[in-house]
Amino acid sequence: MEHVELFFKSIFIDNMVFATFLGMCSYLAVSKKVSTAVGLGAAVIFVLAVTVPMNWLLDQYVLRPGALKWLGAEYADYDLSFLSFILFIATIATMVQLVEIVVEKFAPALYTSLGIFLPLIAVNCAILGGSLFMQSRDIQTLGLAFNYGLASGIGWFLAILAIAAIREKIRYSNVPAPLRGLGITFIITGLMAIGFMSFGGMLTGGEEKTETTDEVAKVEVQKQDTATEDESLAEVSQEINNK
Amino acid sequence: MALLSKKDTGLLLDPLADNNPITIQVLGICSALAITAQLKASIVMAVSVMFVLAVGNVVISLMRNIIPSKIRIIVQLVVVAALVIIVDQVLKAFAYELSKTLSVFVGLIITNCIIMGRFEAFALGNGPYRSFLDGIGNAAGYGLILIIVGFFRELLGSGTLLGFKVLGDPIAKTGLYAIGYENNGFMLLSPMALIVVGIIIWVQRSRNSALIEEN
Repeated sequence: MEHVELFFKSIFIDNMVFATFLGMCSYLAVSKKVSTAVGLGAAVIFVLAVTVPMNWLLDQYVLRPGALKWLGAEYADYDLSFLSFILFIATIATMVQLVEIVVEKFAPALYTSLGIFLPLIAVNCAILGGSLFMQSRDIQTLGLAFNYGLASGIGWFLAILAIAAIREKIRYSNVPAPLRGLGITFIITGLMAIGFMSFGGMLTGGEEKTETTDEVAKVEVQKQDTATEDESLAEVSQEINNK
Repeated sequence: MALLSKKDTGLLLDPLADNNPITIQVLGICSALAITAQLKASIVMAVSVMFVLAVGNVVISLMRNIIPSKIRIIVQLVVVAALVIIVDQVLKAFAYELSKTLSVFVGLIITNCIIMGRFEAFALGNGPYRSFLDGIGNAAGYGLILIIVGFFRELLGSGTLLGFKVLGDPIAKTGLYAIGYENNGFMLLSPMALIVVGIIIWVQRSRNSALIEEN
């Protein structure tokens, strides 16, 4: 159940593009045609599903405070978490290189279709973002980490596929000249993101977003107001009862 | 003698408007949008990116003749990652609350396309001084958009600027709120960042028709 929940949450609620804006650069640059968008999307799914579990292992056994305990008791105090950026990006860059070599050797057809996108992926924010969110959300097991990587990739794939399809069609529409191209793509993405927000209530009523202090204060004041109202109501009812 | 030749001034000023990294070159949008709900976070992000891009550009430019072109991406990533770690540690030490707000987005400066883009397009082919100017200019163009977006989102979304209640107190009903003004909480949600940037692009391109795309 945990797996199913994480899977759908990562695809729809915490969608990489619509909720956190990761991988926007390639999302905007490569979404002019559906066929190329599919290629890049597939490559992203693949690389995320490989690198997130890899970085999970790295985080668990090297980086987090006390992770080096398996080396011996004297290493238990070490906290290497400040190295996570450099180690994560190194893992990603090497994995991308490795994946490229393996795919070229064993699946030349896939290689020609993914071709130019594979090396580009090393610098796609979605990939590093996947690993960093895995770390900050404290994902518990290797299986869940794989699940998270895969599902985030699928979410990104869906997003780029949808926008590519829309952009192919929008060419026939009469968009105001200054908005053509980039501008309208931004606005459509914004509207799609608003649409995706409605998935927020799908699982547990949505994750609690951090409210700004103002809003929190407002809510508290409202609570106080209602409390005083309740009190005055109680007084009134008491008076009525007395009468 | 002028400190900056005409070309150098161009390096600094072009990215602010007609060659803006976000609205024209389409670089660095990834981290730009998610953190603009508050003006303060936008400013910190802009300063961080300026530091990383300017220093990184100089470092890459100094090393440009000894980096084998096959592994240059990895070298660039290592340089950026080292600089970003510095920024992250400084933020954690001096502005802990803010570094919590920015969360993973500081780390994501590493894969911010604007940085790799400038390294590839400029620092690998130019000297350190001009690369430095290019870094400052592009980061300023990036920061400008961030600050504009942050300004509108914070002003319309929570009625504050940098935490000051410029429109009056929504609870005590002073200032604008006294005549029935309400904050638009929608501006704080992430999709509005995209729409605000879309509108900036619209305004910019309708003022300068040379920037309009074919379709």
